[in-house]
Amino acid sequence: MEEVQKLTREDFQTAGPVKWCAGCGSYSILAAVQNALPQIGVPKEKIVFVSGIGCSSRFPYYMKTYGFHTLHGRGAAIASGLKSARPDLNVWLATGDGDSMAIGGNHFIHLIRRNIDINVLVFNNKIYGLTKGQYSPTTPYGSITKSSPDGTIENPFKPGELVIGAEGNFFARVIDKEPRNLEKTLIAANAHKGASIVEVLQNCVIFNDKIHESIIGKDVRDDNVVMLEHGKPMIFGKERDKGLVLDGADLKVVKIGENGITEKDILVHDMTTKNPSIHYLLAKMTYPLAIGVIRSVDDATYETKLQEQVDNAVATTKVKTVDQLLHSGQIFEIK
Amino acid sequence: MSDKQKKIVELEEVVIKFAGDSGDGMQLTGTQFSDASASFGNELLTFPDYPAEIRAPQGTVAGVSGFQVHIGAKEVQTPGDLADVLIAMNPAALKTNMKWVKPGATIIVDVDSFDQKHCEKAGYDYDPLQSNDLDDYTVIKAPITSLSRSTVNDLNLGIDVKTADKTRNQFVMGMLIWLFNRDMKVEEEFIEKKFAKKPALIAPNVAVLHAGYNYADTLEAIATQFYVKPVAGKKGMFRQITGNTATAWGLMAGAEKAGLKLFLGSYPITPASDILHELCKHKHLGVKTFQAEDEIAGICTAIGASFGGNLGVTSTSGPGLALKTEAAGLAVITELPLVIVDVQRGGPSTGLPTKTEQSDLLQAIHGRHGESPMPVIAASTPGNCFNFAYEACKIAVEHMTPVILLTDGYLANGTELWEIPNYEAIPKIVPPFVKDNDPEYQPYKRDAEKLNRMWALPGQKGLEHRIGGLEKSDVYGDVSHDPMNHQVMTNYRAEKVQRIANYIPQQEIIGSQNGGELLVIGWGGTFGALNMAVKELREEGYDVSLAQFNYIFPLPKNTEDVLKKFKKRVVCELNLGQFADYLRTQYPQYPYEQFNKVQGLPFFISELKEKFKQLLAK
Repeated sequence: MEEVQKLTREDFQTAGPVKWCAGCGSYSILAAVQNALPQIGVPKEKIVFVSGIGCSSRFPYYMKTYGFHTLHGRGAAIASGLKSARPDLNVWLATGDGDSMAIGGNHFIHLIRRNIDINVLVFNNKIYGLTKGQYSPTTPYGSITKSSPDGTIENPFKPGELVIGAEGNFFARVIDKEPRNLEKTLIAANAHKGASIVEVLQNCVIFNDKIHESIIGKDVRDDNVVMLEHGKPMIFGKERDKGLVLDGADLKVVKIGENGITEKDILVHDMTTKNPSIHYLLAKMTYPLAIGVIRSVDDATYETKLQEQVDNAVATTKVKTVDQLLHSGQIFEIK
Repeated sequence: MSDKQKKIVELEEVVIKFAGDSGDGMQLTGTQFSDASASFGNELLTFPDYPAEIRAPQGTVAGVSGFQVHIGAKEVQTPGDLADVLIAMNPAALKTNMKWVKPGATIIVDVDSFDQKHCEKAGYDYDPLQSNDLDDYTVIKAPITSLSRSTVNDLNLGIDVKTADKTRNQFVMGMLIWLFNRDMKVEEEFIEKKFAKKPALIAPNVAVLHAGYNYADTLEAIATQFYVKPVAGKKGMFRQITGNTATAWGLMAGAEKAGLKLFLGSYPITPASDILHELCKHKHLGVKTFQAEDEIAGICTAIGASFGGNLGVTSTSGPGLALKTEAAGLAVITELPLVIVDVQRGGPSTGLPTKTEQSDLLQAIHGRHGESPMPVIAASTPGNCFNFAYEACKIAVEHMTPVILLTDGYLANGTELWEIPNYEAIPKIVPPFVKDNDPEYQPYKRDAEKLNRMWALPGQKGLEHRIGGLEKSDVYGDVSHDPMNHQVMTNYRAEKVQRIANYIPQQEIIGSQNGGELLVIGWGGTFGALNMAVKELREEGYDVSLAQFNYIFPLPKNTEDVLKKFKKRVVCELNLGQFADYLRTQYPQYPYEQFNKVQGLPFFISELKEKFKQLLAK
């Protein structure tokens, strides 16, 4: 195998200016990606960033790899074609809540269903930024935005529910301003073979500033967020005194030390179990909000199976060229 | 063999129409008969005529499925205007097809199906066989169902009636073998091959085939046998091919000649789905097919594959082409090779999904946002779908542009006896690749002649670059909103497509090379009918010529020379005049007469000749 040249963050930085708004959450995502890539052992020329349209989708222009800034909502389809045609490439998709779940909703769920090995970063700021402030499919019910002056009357999607509903095998949720966790999760997403969806709770400083703050703000975060670790009990709280247990078909928050509950009673996170029931509950749960890799299950990928079918056919056929095909089957010689 | 005197009539050509319920196997019988004719050495062209419903209620007019075969001892270029022989498996099939048979034609009916119930279902309030509707025809009332059933029953194989009824088409086939003096052995072999995986069905089908033959042979009513000679002077290797199969094979040839992998992203749509069906069978040639979630994903996956260095193709019909237009614009601005195949059908909207039309022309030429030039070419026979699919690949790859290939429902499903091309003689396609680490590489640096950019593939060292839908700076490919840059890039994209005219053949004239009275102008799939009409008129002494366009945008460079040589021009097309309008914008100095038809049907030679005579008389 070819020795992979040691890469650094700088190898992935483009020369031109990055043009997101000052204070945009996308900066930290960019930094985390540029920090993560030198650690995945893939040569730079094998990496491709694809995107759709939106603030998040400018991402490929800021990565010194191959890149393709495509159409609104269509990044998932274009990335699917690219990866199916070229399984040897390391393909990433940068998308937003509108790009992936409104205009591109169909491509998003089918990319997941097919389990194509693409790492999808969903920048979820719960608003339309590039079109200047309309509500998105993840905007909380009742929100007042430029296109909902009287409050939205639509129930929002939770990306994790969609991913699991679409037979997804990898879903993680992370916070833009937690670079270490972000970087670690990106590496895990890349290591997972198949469609890996990473929802990044991202702040839009202009149109939806502090939308995630009530949950992940410095003062409240530890009480509102459970950090998932595979094989570890799901404990949270400033005092690490709260945990999750299964109560019938639902998750319930309990206090350790009360009603005879000990740490041993707390549910242990198993991201690899095939049954998605608990992953679904974790993805849906709003208190506490689950952060980290919720689901990571191995399954064969679309592009590998397609390539296998092609390779098998090529290996076993007697018709090896188009010329031979032209002369195969029912042909008539007229003399 | 009976010893009665038989009369054998030699025919130059004959048109046979098979009609029955969509479940009756008429398409199969038609194919079987045309195979037999092909192996005998006849020229032929076939055209299926099937309903949009998969299995419409049995015995109704809506459920009638047809298959027309035109065989000849000379050139055959259309499926024939009207039939010489009609096989009608039930009253509905008779009712639907009476208007498509010649006076005096032979009509074979399954008399068993002409009971009151079936006649009523077909909308007859009487039995047409007992009426004088058929006085002008030779009607053979064959008990096809009952004789097929009793033949199968006599074999004592325990075969049920439903299965026995599925052999009825072989009874018809047997009669035709007798009627057309064909070789029984070829048919037996066909059946053996057809049922290789269900060997239990071989014996009953062969038995019924013989029963049909013997019935025709012994029947006093059929005194005439027909004979269509093999085509004189026709030599070589041939195969029957539909336009859709030829398209699929041409795409594979294009990819192979370019040294590229073929990738088809497609969503099923009538009448284009057979391209997907065909290509997905050829993984052994390295083809990948991706059945996308929708038309948009069909083209987008193909664009993704082209970005990755495959030859991306998407296949569709009119409504699908409409859905793909946004992505087609992306392929234009990113200057990636892509072939979009549009198998046209009757529109707008769902329109006539199983019928043919040429009404997507202006959509193909103009139907995109922005200044979005895209070459358009059109195939004109089922067989040359192969050539133009290859040609679409060549233009796409060598000029780095998306290309639209127009075919239509008529070409797609029609078959012709196609001479297998000399594959070696087909030129290689040369992709404008770049070498790894080429210090001169810039994403939008252009070839001086063709104006195409170079194709650097992900995975190549030292060529990392970003492309996308935002306008890019000339040469360097950075995002650019500079006003003059947009002007420059827009001009380049237009000029690049115009220069393709330097690489395509001149427009040919069939007929008077130095000009004359009337020039018939057609494009794409109407070639067979236009050519035969012009040929017949010329034989009758009329000064009429044909220019059939395959290269639509850009037009061949000599187009004006062709147009100006004639006193009158008539543009014939299966729409309301789209190519005529297009020529009026390109060459407004000439007046254009029009002949248009939008009935979901191809042109008939007879109606064309009538129109041309009128124009010549004016």
